[in-house]
Amino acid sequence: MESKESAIIPAIEPYVEDSSRRNFLKQSSLLTAVALTPEIAVKAAGLHLHEEIAAVFEKMPLKMEVNGKSRMLSVEPRATLLDILREQLELTGTKKGCDHGQCGACTVHVDGRRVNSCLTLGVMMNGKKITTIEGLAHGDQLHPMQEAFIKHDGFQCGYCTPGQIMSAVACIREGHAGSEHEIREYMSGNICRCGAYPNIVNAIQEVKNGGQEV
Amino acid sequence: MEKAINMNRPSSSDGMSRIDGRLKVTGAAKYSAEYAVEGLTYGVLAGSTIAKGTITALDTKAAERAPGVLAVVTYLNAPKVPGFQPDQKGIRAQLKVFNDNKIFYNGQPIALVIADTYERALYGASLVKATYNKEEHQTSLTDNFGKGFPPRGDGLYKRGTEDAWKSAPIKLEQEYIVPTNTHNPMELHAIIARWDADDKITVWDKTQGVKATQHDISQLFKLPLENVQVNSRFVGGAFGSALRTWPHEIVAILGAKAVKKPVKLVLSRADMFTSVGYRPHTWQKVGIGATADGKLTGITHQAYGQTSPYENFTEGAVNVSQSMYACPNVNTKYNLVALNVGTPTWMRGPGEATGSFALESALDELSYALNIDPIEIRIRNYAETDPENGKPFSSKHLKEAYQLGADSIGWSNRKQQPASVKKDGWFVGYGIGCGMFGAYRSGAVIKATLKADGTLHLQSAVSDIGPGTGTAMVLIAAEQLGIPADKISFENGASDLPQAPTQGGSATTASVGSAVYKACADLKTEFQKLTGNNTNDKPDYAQILKQHNLPSVEVTSKSDGGEGRDKYSMNSWSVHFVKVLVNALTGVVKIDKVTSVADCGTIISPKTARSQIVGGAIGGIGMALMEEAIIDHRYGRYINNNYADYHVPVNADIPQIDALFVNKPDPILNPMGSKGMAEIALVGMAAAVANAVYNATGKRVRELPITPDKVIG
Repeated sequence: MESKESAIIPAIEPYVEDSSRRNFLKQSSLLTAVALTPEIAVKAAGLHLHEEIAAVFEKMPLKMEVNGKSRMLSVEPRATLLDILREQLELTGTKKGCDHGQCGACTVHVDGRRVNSCLTLGVMMNGKKITTIEGLAHGDQLHPMQEAFIKHDGFQCGYCTPGQIMSAVACIREGHAGSEHEIREYMSGNICRCGAYPNIVNAIQEVKNGGQEV
Repeated sequence: MEKAINMNRPSSSDGMSRIDGRLKVTGAAKYSAEYAVEGLTYGVLAGSTIAKGTITALDTKAAERAPGVLAVVTYLNAPKVPGFQPDQKGIRAQLKVFNDNKIFYNGQPIALVIADTYERALYGASLVKATYNKEEHQTSLTDNFGKGFPPRGDGLYKRGTEDAWKSAPIKLEQEYIVPTNTHNPMELHAIIARWDADDKITVWDKTQGVKATQHDISQLFKLPLENVQVNSRFVGGAFGSALRTWPHEIVAILGAKAVKKPVKLVLSRADMFTSVGYRPHTWQKVGIGATADGKLTGITHQAYGQTSPYENFTEGAVNVSQSMYACPNVNTKYNLVALNVGTPTWMRGPGEATGSFALESALDELSYALNIDPIEIRIRNYAETDPENGKPFSSKHLKEAYQLGADSIGWSNRKQQPASVKKDGWFVGYGIGCGMFGAYRSGAVIKATLKADGTLHLQSAVSDIGPGTGTAMVLIAAEQLGIPADKISFENGASDLPQAPTQGGSATTASVGSAVYKACADLKTEFQKLTGNNTNDKPDYAQILKQHNLPSVEVTSKSDGGEGRDKYSMNSWSVHFVKVLVNALTGVVKIDKVTSVADCGTIISPKTARSQIVGGAIGGIGMALMEEAIIDHRYGRYINNNYADYHVPVNADIPQIDALFVNKPDPILNPMGSKGMAEIALVGMAAAVANAVYNATGKRVRELPITPDKVIG
């Protein structure tokens, strides 16, 4: 049995060319460009630099504070906070595990709350304060949760660890570390494939019971 | 003062912490995709949407025109891979990616779109259009037994009388099914490929063996070995998925050649189901028979496992029935079925994990038929020597493990009658499952440098995918030389470091550890030469170096694969005890308590050893209760290829787990007395859970995973 099939890959069908997002943006950006800086833009259009211009105007300014440091960036609206951290700011401590908000490896704090940075567009972060795993310790002095993870071996390969630790700190701050059972529930958005869960629970309990400020 | 550690039962805080712990908790540990290589570009794969056929047209124009796209690499324009072997009759080879227009499985890479940013490459990949000549595919194992073939020889094993179980007074025959399980390590497989010259390349690549990857790249691209540098300093889990070189690694290298820039390629989570192997869907049938007093008289174990159309992947699924119990008559049969899927690969406890689910379930069923306690039937059939070859075991303390585990789980609370304990709407049950895995060792080299500041630096190419290899190596050296562990460093995961085997098969500590042991002995010899004193076993090395005005002493020491395999059968052993609660209305299974006991020789690093046993037990719970990669056979495509739909255990699924060790040295395998533990940590667990569910409910589930529909169905 043979049949011919035309398929588009991956399964999500792109828009029909003429009505595509890109063409719309290209046209509207070019118009804006003409209005704002006619000489440059028109010259560029004449040199068939539509794409380059479109690319510039597709980017948006983003100002956010990352680990106490103010960052001024120009980002595409489709760029996720996770990819901005990893690819533009070289903060690779925040991990990509699924890109779908299913594993928690990308957990960071936004204004003190834990979020999946892979489900967060960078442009939504204007004016926000981001803390990543790199910003948790005070200089050489590790955060108590980092110490507890080392002491109780709350990891093996270490890849989910930054997300686990950011989640664990938030778990206590939220008041969701009242019991072993509660910790397990509120840490279940962070997958650990090596299976360090009991050790992670022990680490969180140690910090919680130690009464240190988190 | 430090409290003494109970080495039979360490706690999570006992023992030395990991030497790379600080790097891992601060985000400073760098994994393969995380190197800021200058001029880096980004590759994203487009995959086939049919499972079998040929590409008749590829439209890449839109992708090529998309902003930022540098190249679209396909079979039409890819540089040739000189090391691809032409097809030969009867010999199956690796997937020759981007070599021609043939499609063997759904999701097979058909294009690599390379752009200046990740977002632009991702968008570009969505614009690649393929037209296919589609052929009828086969992805169902159970529909294709007729196409089964033995991977080598006749695939048969026999000792004693064939099918002797059939004439036993007490007997049963049942089918057991293990679905496709995916390794799904947290770190997505990733590679950065950079051509340094026409005949020279550097890759940062997720691999369990940098030397093996170096060899493969050298062979495939016909490069001098020393011109291939493979770096894999940190590996974010693998469980077998990084034991070989996969098509995406070749693709990234081709892409980097095409654009003359470094290319980073990170697989998507969906790619992780199709591109880096899996535990193959395996159907098994076990016939087992015993005398009325529970002595096994015969086992017949057959299996059909799936493989790809272009490669034969085999594992020892039926081997566990040959050696686990003293049984005079055993015959096994192993067949493969080639389907339109990617090639499977070894996944934690390969073969044995699958086989033990069948054997340990069948033995449990037999124990109920005989009305004998499941521990007792194992003791009555305890193999004192390897029944497969008659050799003595290098060490086996499984009886002690039974006792330790039974005491810990509270086995005396178990009722022999199934479904007889119910509390607050939940049935309560206990189960046992045993595991074994060969204890292996291969050659390895360690370079050890002892400096005048009293520090020791150890170097080995070996990967550390998570077990804590470096930590164990440091502890071995600390003990041998009497140097504090915090003065010892371990460097690993690069192909220009001394030879080490691929990290797999639970053999790393035995192999690399023996080289560390040898290096320490060689260092001592060097110091004895300096001092002329061979009475002080652990002298003040720093002082001796200063006295001799030497900055350091360096040795490069090789350990071979060890001796004794001709005389002994070498294995690690485990027994898992599980207490489950099963909801009487919904069939939901909750793991209430777990005790896993390992007979894996001397424990070198109690903290990381405990974690490895705990982690393996959790992997086994996933296999038992949740994990199943499902193909829609109409399209030959995975339908649950993500972490939301392919379930793995999360924190709420897992109670505290007791990891126990017999902690008795194996006198043969290596000088440390250790044996491997990675595989046995998982092997046997799935059966332990299934057996506990039966004890709780009277419902025997023979097809994994044990989901509520099967429990109440």
